[in-house]
Amino acid sequence: LPSFVFFCQFSDSAGYVGFANLPNQVHRKSVKKGFEFTLMVVGESGLGKSTLINSLFLTDLYPERYIPGAAEKIERTVQIEASTVEIEERGVKLRLTVVDTPGYGDAINSQDCFKTIIQYIDNQFERYLHDESGLNRRHIIDNRVHCCFYFISPFGHGLKPLDVEFMKALHGKVNIVPVIAKADTLTLKERERLKRRVLDEISEHGIRIYQLPDADSDEDEEFKEQTRASIPFAVIGSNQLIEVKGKKIRGRLYPWGVVEVENPEHNDFLKLRTMLVTHMQDLQEVTQDLHYENFRSERLKRTGK
Amino acid sequence: GQSGLGKSTMVNTLFKSKVSRKATQPGREERIPKTVQLQSVTHVIEEKGVKMKLTVTDTPGFGDQINNENCWDPIIKYINEQYERYLREEILIARKRKIPDTRVHGCVYFVPPTGHWLRPLDLEFMRRLSKIVNVVPVIAKADTLTLEERAEFKQRIQRDLKAHAISVYPQEDFDEDPDDRALNDRIREKIPFAVVGADQEHQVNGKRVLGRKTKWGIIE
Repeated sequence: LPSFVFFCQFSDSAGYVGFANLPNQVHRKSVKKGFEFTLMVVGESGLGKSTLINSLFLTDLYPERYIPGAAEKIERTVQIEASTVEIEERGVKLRLTVVDTPGYGDAINSQDCFKTIIQYIDNQFERYLHDESGLNRRHIIDNRVHCCFYFISPFGHGLKPLDVEFMKALHGKVNIVPVIAKADTLTLKERERLKRRVLDEISEHGIRIYQLPDADSDEDEEFKEQTRASIPFAVIGSNQLIEVKGKKIRGRLYPWGVVEVENPEHNDFLKLRTMLVTHMQDLQEVTQDLHYENFRSERLKRTGK
Repeated sequence: GQSGLGKSTMVNTLFKSKVSRKATQPGREERIPKTVQLQSVTHVIEEKGVKMKLTVTDTPGFGDQINNENCWDPIIKYINEQYERYLREEILIARKRKIPDTRVHGCVYFVPPTGHWLRPLDLEFMRRLSKIVNVVPVIAKADTLTLEERAEFKQRIQRDLKAHAISVYPQEDFDEDPDDRALNDRIREKIPFAVVGADQEHQVNGKRVLGRKTKWGIIE
């Protein structure tokens, strides 16, 4: 009886079936189910990765952070630390996992420092492949890494040898989004020059970073272009609130002025955040359709199945 | 220090002259060399009639590789070679009145402004070099640290240096008298100096100052 009433409500023309309502159903289901997203952050210590993540998601993912001294770092190899938070916004739940990689690039000899990272990404693919090929496929948990923010130091003249090696080793396994960290150390000219250098070096080495898909009909074409033109995003993060013109905003207080995290004139933070949230779906799709499929076909070819 | 920490700009700012050629000048190929090189440039600069023959030795490639093990070896070798050269002149029976002194009088070590701790590379380098040359550690590009972060970073570095018995300049062992010690103690409290270099002038309150202009203020 209810479905009959439903059809009657919408049948104002002969050829109308009513499946135009499907997106709403998907939407409702998705909201109920919630979303999962795994973001990996990679970069040397001290580039502000944790602060940026906290700023992006307005949470304190690392409340009791212990920063190890150099003596400890000498002993350490790269660790993988995954923290998961459930954040909710207007009834939509997001289970966000941030995978941190402390120790990356810290050692004097960083030759093998991304082996651990590659292994982690492969392990998640392996697990998913195993679950997908299993008998009971109802509740496959997707812990695959959907996006990797790679932090580039603003203090260099472009990419370092380690940056190039890392990206070349991982661009076929994960969506790489290069980010220029601690951008408040650069003047506008320096920032533009660095961005250009980084892009030149990326193309020179044949590195494939995540490409923003073309704007859909309902999206702002110009905004998309502007966003694309800003890559790599030069960002600042902050865990502190500063009072500016009567409002409390996230920023960094220097003797010579206040750098505002969410001020587009100061840095690309807003662009990065917008890009991330409007492309979470696409990032997951590319992971599934491209990176995971590559892994799967390699793996199956190898075992001769 | 690693490339990009503003070493050349700092030297030019310090001596108010174009002593070092910046790697970011247009037209100059900036490639990180595969091994550590040592490049010395000598200038004679003059101020109020006083001449100084300044030699600046740069070390491109230091700390820039993926594997930086022993990257300090070429530097140690260079410093010892200068001592060797001086010694050879000094022990001659008929030696020159003014022995050409190419010994390295000071080594400024640029620490990246991470705000955390010294990195393994920093510790290893300073530990070895402080035994053969005056090491002056400096926090590079310090305009990325707030005053609080700067103070904390300095404290952590001081603790690190003490914990590893690294003796940077001015070394306590060479304090000559209580006055000297008092003066040097004040300096030691501030080490490592957090610095910013600039070669462009801007107008601030009617004066021309060297600084970096950003959207949120001018760093002098």
